Amino acid sequence: MQKFINNPQQVVDEMLEGFVKAHSDLVVTTDNERVLKYKDAPVDGKVGVITGGGSGHKPAFIGYIGRNMVDAVAVGEIFTSPPAQMFYDAIRAADSGKGVAILYGNYAGDNMNVQMAMELAEEESIKVQKVVANDDVPSAPKNEREKRRGVAGEILMWKAGAAKATLGGDLNAVIRVSQKAIDNTRSIGVGLSGCSIPEVGHPNFTVDDGKMEVGIGHHGEPGIDIADLETAGEVVRRMCDVILPDLPFNSGDEVVLLLSGLGSTPVMELYILLNDVEKILTGMGIKIYISYVGNYFTSLEMAGATLTLMKLDDELKECMDLEADSVGLRQFQVKK
Amino acid sequence: MASFTKEEGIIVLYNIISVIQENKQYLSDIDGAIGDGDHGINMNKGFSMCREELDENPGDLPYGLNVLSRVLMMKIGGSMGPLYGKFFKGISTSLAEKDRIDAQAFGEALSASKESISAISQARVGDKTLVDAFYPAVDAYHKALNEGKNFTEALADMKQAANAGRDNTQDMVAKIGRSSRLGERSKGVIDAGAASCALILETMADTITGLIDK
Repeated sequence: MQKFINNPQQVVDEMLEGFVKAHSDLVVTTDNERVLKYKDAPVDGKVGVITGGGSGHKPAFIGYIGRNMVDAVAVGEIFTSPPAQMFYDAIRAADSGKGVAILYGNYAGDNMNVQMAMELAEEESIKVQKVVANDDVPSAPKNEREKRRGVAGEILMWKAGAAKATLGGDLNAVIRVSQKAIDNTRSIGVGLSGCSIPEVGHPNFTVDDGKMEVGIGHHGEPGIDIADLETAGEVVRRMCDVILPDLPFNSGDEVVLLLSGLGSTPVMELYILLNDVEKILTGMGIKIYISYVGNYFTSLEMAGATLTLMKLDDELKECMDLEADSVGLRQFQVKK
Repeated sequence: MASFTKEEGIIVLYNIISVIQENKQYLSDIDGAIGDGDHGINMNKGFSMCREELDENPGDLPYGLNVLSRVLMMKIGGSMGPLYGKFFKGISTSLAEKDRIDAQAFGEALSASKESISAISQARVGDKTLVDAFYPAVDAYHKALNEGKNFTEALADMKQAANAGRDNTQDMVAKIGRSSRLGERSKGVIDAGAASCALILETMADTITGLIDK
């Protein structure tokens, strides 16, 4: 295991300490050491937006704390849901009295812990509602969409929902836009290698040389096909063939494109993939409104990439356009 | 009628805590095969925190189970925190209403616990989770009572069903939770949650049998 660590049991705590030291202009600690918040949270008069999940996905989740982005994050152990107390403390850290939107991914542990945190919040008369991201197409068939996992599309849900909150939306509006954002979003991952949780010390699975796992999840969940590794153009073709018909995306649509590395894939290769995605989309008459390319949502040192597309309407466009400042995503106000 | 008091019953919880502490490595080793190898560590952490709290503020069985439930739900994340939190909360709430714990009362507590878990998790028998040890054990207990067996015999049936349920998980493909990430790769190893659940139920059965034999 080739890792820069001190103590395998301390990786999350030491990472958090380092993160706060590096980004104190945006992020501060709270009375719960596993909850970080935006330095100005709770923002007066604004609906709070929180998320949370297991660690190992940097810059997710804490990297999306910021201005016009997520207000607070509950930080779990590597690939392990944070307990209800942490989600609840994140809710408290974000609540200005206008209620809190909990926007997170569809995993068994997170579902249970969020549900209990919501019960605690309601006992304290904090208004809370949730949206559960399920953008990972290969994780379940379309008629069982509620079983699909949340992957990189969560970032677009946070961006849209948080913007709606800044634009003055009440809790219902923030929830509605966040739900619309994820309903309009589809993702697929392709894995080229496994990854090792420091405490375990060996890879949780392997991908043989010359092979790729199509549809792999964000923690190495098995995909839909193990195939011979193809050219970037052919890989992208496969990815598009899975996600484009699922929504479906059609000629005339405008989309946000997010191409995230899974950890150890060079960003150079992500641009090669983007180049090929653009050709396919343009060929179909689909316009790319914004492209995000880089390590946005990773799985430790897994090699591979996730392709995410979100179909826009006027309201989502307004939300995506709003400037935002976080470690993981910076959006400048651009009028196109 | 075989029964025991709630005050006497606290020994059941103390023994459960001990068995989890003693099996920390065993549970982590099973989890390591298809999970991330921390089940024993996390269970030991939660149950030991409960023991420390009870050493400072002792009480009866429903009270102790409630402390354990709170620690697991609030401090231990993942799926095990909420699942076992609800497991013990269901038993605790049901037992708190009773004067003495007899076969009937314990059966109601098991049912309440099962209901409490199913309210928070969709896991079903066959999904390769702790439910595979727990639900058949509850059913076996009730079946025994319906057949006219006594408290001790019903507990023995519960224990046997829990262990059989745990063993059944060996050939299952995980459908929910963390090991479901491995799909077919999860076959061939028993589920760590089912293993800890069988240990807990076995300890309950043995300790209660000792209490009512006195």
